[in-house]
Amino acid sequence: MSEASERTLPTRIAERLDQVGRKAVAAVAEVGLGAALLGQSVFWMFLGRSRAQPVRIKATFERCMEVGIQALPIITMMSVTIGMMLAIQGIYTLRVFGAEEQVTVGIGFSVVREFGPLITGIIVAGRTGSSLAARIGTMRISQEIDALTVMGINPVRFIVAPALIAMVVMVPALTFWADLVMLAGAGWYVSVALGMSMAAYTDRIVEIVSVGDLMHGLSKSVLFSVLITLVGVINGANVTGGAEGVGKMTTRSVVLAISAIIVTDMVFAFITTR
Amino acid sequence: MNEPARKMDYKRPDLSGAPDIVEIKKLVTHYGEREILHGIDLSVREGEIMVIMGGSGSGKSTLLNTLLGLLHPTSGEVRILGENLHGVSDVERTRLRQKMGVAFQGGALFSSMNVLENIMLPLREHTKLDANTMRIMARLKMQVVSLDGFEALMPAELSGGMIKRAAFARAIVMDPRILFCDEPSAGLDPVVASAIDDLILTLRDAMGMSIVVVTHELESAFKIADRICVLDKGNILMVGTTEEVRGCDNERIQNLLNRRTEEKVLDPDEYLRNLTAAND
Repeated sequence: MSEASERTLPTRIAERLDQVGRKAVAAVAEVGLGAALLGQSVFWMFLGRSRAQPVRIKATFERCMEVGIQALPIITMMSVTIGMMLAIQGIYTLRVFGAEEQVTVGIGFSVVREFGPLITGIIVAGRTGSSLAARIGTMRISQEIDALTVMGINPVRFIVAPALIAMVVMVPALTFWADLVMLAGAGWYVSVALGMSMAAYTDRIVEIVSVGDLMHGLSKSVLFSVLITLVGVINGANVTGGAEGVGKMTTRSVVLAISAIIVTDMVFAFITTR
Repeated sequence: MNEPARKMDYKRPDLSGAPDIVEIKKLVTHYGEREILHGIDLSVREGEIMVIMGGSGSGKSTLLNTLLGLLHPTSGEVRILGENLHGVSDVERTRLRQKMGVAFQGGALFSSMNVLENIMLPLREHTKLDANTMRIMARLKMQVVSLDGFEALMPAELSGGMIKRAAFARAIVMDPRILFCDEPSAGLDPVVASAIDDLILTLRDAMGMSIVVVTHELESAFKIADRICVLDKGNILMVGTTEEVRGCDNERIQNLLNRRTEEKVLDPDEYLRNLTAAND
C-alpha cells in the first residue's frame, strides 16, 4: 500500500489546513510588503531630496516614456476597436426597444466610468507590469539589487519610486486618451449606422458625461496604476530559481494584477454608486 | 581587452602591528531555521588580503553576505571600521557602506547602463561632483583595471574577465577602505584568472586597501592571501598565513588542499549488487 493512501483522513485534513494556513500567511505577508513598498516609495519621493538621495528624474522620465508614450499605439488600437464594439452591441440591444438613438447614453457612461480605465489598466498590467516584474526578477538573480544595497543605494528609491511615479502620472493620462479614442470610435460607428452627425454625437456625449464621471474613471486608473506597480515589484522581488523563476513570477504578476484590477473595479463601482 | 596587468613581484607586507578593520565576534547566522554559521570569530587587519576559503556548503557565502549587511546575524556582531554594521542606523550604515566596495561573482553590473555609467553610479548617488569630474574619476579607475576604451559597451557585450574588471572598477570608484570580492577568479580561464589575482594585489599595494576575498580556487587563494581563513560546515578550522595553512596537519584542511573528497566513493560492483538486490 502506498504511503499516501496509508495517511488517515484527519492527517490529510490537517495537512491541507496547514497548506491553506501557510498560503494565507504568505498572502498577508505580500500585502504587508506591498504596503511597506508604497510607504517607502512615498517617503523617498517627498524626503529623498532632503536626505541628499532624490528619486532619479532621468529614470522616472524613461519609465514615463515606457509606460505611456510607447503604449500609445496599442492603447489607441484597442480603444478604437472597443469603442466600435460598444456601439455595435448598444445599437443591436436598443433596437429591441426601438431606442437606438439612446446608445450615446450607454456609450458615454460605460466608456468614461468603466471601459476606459479598465481596458487601459489591463493593457498596462500585461505590458508594463510584466516587464517590471521581469526586470526586478532579473536584477535579483543577477545580484544587481544586492549591489545597490551594498553601495548604500536604497533599491526602493532607485527602482520602485521612479516606476511608481511614472505609472501614477501616465496611466491616468493613457486612460484619458483611451476615453477620447473609444468615444471617437463609437461615434464614427454611430454616425454611420444611425446617420447621426459627429457634431450631434459629441454634443450629446458632452451633455451626458459630467466631470464627476470622468474623475470617477481617472481615480480608478490611479488605483490601478499603484496596484500594477506593487504587484509587479513584489513578484519580481520574490523571484527564485533563475530564468524559469523569472518567467513564472512574470506570469503570476500579470494574472494577479489583472485580477486585482477587476476586483478593485467592482468594489470601487459598488462603493461610489450607492 | 587591453593588456592584462603587468606581471609584478608582490611582497607580503608586515601587518603584525596593523589595527583590525573588520572584527567578527561570535557570529551566528541562520537561513530560515537552519544554523549556517556557528559562532565565528575573525578579524581582518588594515592593509591585508584575507582569503576566506572552504568547500561548498562551508558557509563562505553566508559569511560574506553577513559581512556586507545583506543577511542579519542571529547573534554576535560584525564591526567594520569600528562600527557595528548591523547595529547602526540606516543613515550611518549608508555612510559606512560608502567606505566598502564589493565585486560580486557575476559582476552584478546594471544591464540597462553602459560600463562607464555603471562605474560612475556610486559617484552619482553619493557625491555632488559635476558630470565631467565623475567621468574623469571613473575613467581613472577603468585604467587601473585595464579596461580603458570600453566605456560605451553594455554589460552584455563584455567577456567574463571584462565584467569582473568592470565590477572591480565600480567597487573601487569611491576609494573604499575595504574591498570584498566574491569568487573573483571563478569561471575564468587561467590567464585571465591570474590577471585578476594581480589586480587584487595591485589594489592592495597601490591603494592600500584591505581586501576580503571569498574563493574556493586554491591557486588563486595561495597567490594573493596574506592570511587564509578556512571554513568548514559553518566553523573556522584555522586562520593563518599561506605557509601555516599548507603545513597544517588537520585532515579536513589537507583534504581541501589536496582536493580529496570525504564522501564515500561508490564502488561499481557494490552499486550493481544493490541494484540487483533491489529488483529482487
